[in-house]
Amino acid sequence: MMMQIFEYNGSALVAMVGKNCFAIASDRRLGVQLQTIATDFQRISKIHDRVFLGLSGLATDAQTLYQRLVFRHKLYQLREERDMKPETFANLVSALLYEKRFGPYFCQPVIAGLGDEDKPFICTMDSIGAKELAKDFVVAGTASESLYGACESMFKEDMEPEELFETVSQALLSSVDRDCLSGWGGHVYVV
Amino acid sequence: MCQLGNGELGYYAYRGYLRKIKEPIMKLDTSGLESAAPVWGAPSELVDGFSAAPSFDLPNTADFDGFQKEAIQMVKPAKGTTTLAFIFKEGVMVAADSRASMGGYISSQSVKKIIEINPYMLGTMAGGAADCQFWHRNLGIKCRLHELANKRRISVTGASKLLANILYSYRGMGLSVGTMIAGWDETGPGLYYVDSEGGRLKGMRFSVGSGSPYAYGVLDNGYHGLHEMIHQLKKLHVVGQQAAKLSCYRHDMSVEEAAELARRAIYHATFRDGASGGVASVYYVGPNGWKKLSGDDVGELHYKYYPVMPSTVEQEMVEVGGA
Repeated sequence: MMMQIFEYNGSALVAMVGKNCFAIASDRRLGVQLQTIATDFQRISKIHDRVFLGLSGLATDAQTLYQRLVFRHKLYQLREERDMKPETFANLVSALLYEKRFGPYFCQPVIAGLGDEDKPFICTMDSIGAKELAKDFVVAGTASESLYGACESMFKEDMEPEELFETVSQALLSSVDRDCLSGWGGHVYVV
Repeated sequence: MCQLGNGELGYYAYRGYLRKIKEPIMKLDTSGLESAAPVWGAPSELVDGFSAAPSFDLPNTADFDGFQKEAIQMVKPAKGTTTLAFIFKEGVMVAADSRASMGGYISSQSVKKIIEINPYMLGTMAGGAADCQFWHRNLGIKCRLHELANKRRISVTGASKLLANILYSYRGMGLSVGTMIAGWDETGPGLYYVDSEGGRLKGMRFSVGSGSPYAYGVLDNGYHGLHEMIHQLKKLHVVGQQAAKLSCYRHDMSVEEAAELARRAIYHATFRDGASGGVASVYYVGPNGWKKLSGDDVGELHYKYYPVMPSTVEQEMVEVGGA
C-alpha cells in the first residue's frame, strides 16, 4: 500500500518495450482526492527526441522535479554538446531524488528512452531514487496494481510499434477502469 | 447463533414478553418496537419469521462501544455513490450511478443501487450495500403484509416511517444507510429521505452520496434558475419549445425532460466524483407504478455531452511519431 500523499492527485503510468521501440502512456486525470479537477493533465514529458519521462504521484512535486530535470539536462547539453543517454538521465533523476532523502519529492518516476543502436531502455524509481530496471514493462501510480496485472497478461516480446501502441493503450484503459483516482482518457507516446 | 427472527423469539415477541437472557450471548430485543400484531391468530412458524422485528446476536464484551468502532472499521462499507430523486408533475424520477468502491479500488461497475420495493415504490442505496439491501427487502416484506392486512397499498409516508423507525432502533450501532423512498400512493407522488442516523425528511428533491453536491448543482440550477432563465430567454425572443429544450427543473416537465435532467445530473456527478461512475440508470414512478427508462454507460454519455474536439496534444503526438 502506498502512502496517502501519493494518492492525493491520482495517476496511472506505464512504459513498455518493443522491437527497437518503446511506448510510454499515462492517464489524463488530475484530482484532489476523489474530486476531478482536470481531464487534460500531462504527466509525461519529452526530455529530448529519444528520452521521455513520466512522473506519477503528487502533481506539484512532479512539476517542480520536471523543471529541475529540464534545467540540468540543458546544462548538460551546453557542456557536452549532445543529448543525454537514457541511462545517464536515469542516474541524474536518481541523484536528484536522493538529494531529498529525508524530505522526498512525492513522485515515482518512469523513464523510457532509446539508447545507442535504437536499444530501448525503461526504468522506474521510488521517491528517493532507487532504480528498478526492467526488460519488459514498468508501471507506477495509483492504478499500478491493476496495471501490473494487465501488462503481465498482455505483454509480448519484440512487438512492432503498431502492436505495442495497441497493447499499451488497452492495458492502460482496462487498468484505469478499476481505479477511482485515475482515468478520463490517456496519452500514449510510441518512439 | 446468528439468526433472524426464529420461531421461539418470534413467539415471545408476539406475546410482548421481555425475554430473560441466560445464555452468555446477549440478544437485542426489538420486540417493543413492533406495533402491528400478527395477521393470523396462531403463531405459526411462517408468520413469526416475518412479523417479529429481526433481532441479532450482540457481542459478549465489556467494551461494547470500542467493539463497535473496530467492527465498523473492519467492514468499511462502499461509500462512493450518487443517487437522486425528484417529484414533478407526472410523478417521481429516480436515478443513480452503479459504482462500488473500496478506497481507491473499484470493486464493481454494475451495482443495482435502485431497489424495487414493490411495483409502486423504489428505494435508493447509498452507504453500506448490505445494510441497504437487507433493510429494503425487510421493508418490502412489511409493506406486503400491510397490504394483505388492510387490503390497500401502504402509503409512501407509512413505508418510509416503518424504515426510519427500524433504523432509529439500531442508531449508534454502526448501520450505514442513506436512502430515498420514492413511490406513488393514493395521495399521488411521494418522496422521503431516510438515513441510519434516524433522520426522515419529506421533500420535492433529494440527492444522496459522495457525488450529491455535484448532482444538486445540476438539479438546483434547473430548479431555481428556471423562471429567471425563461424570463431572460423571453427577452432574447427565445420562447416555448426552445426554452423547454434546456431541460431545467420545472414542476410541469414532461417525463422525457425529467429523465434527461436526472441523467445529466448523474453524469455530471460521475464526472467530478471519482467514487461515482459506471452506468447512469433512470427510473420513473407514475400512477401505474415504476418503469426503468434508461441505463447509459457514463463513458458514452461523456461523448454525448462533450463531443471530442481535436486538440493540440494530438498534434504533438504526430510530431513525436515522426521523430
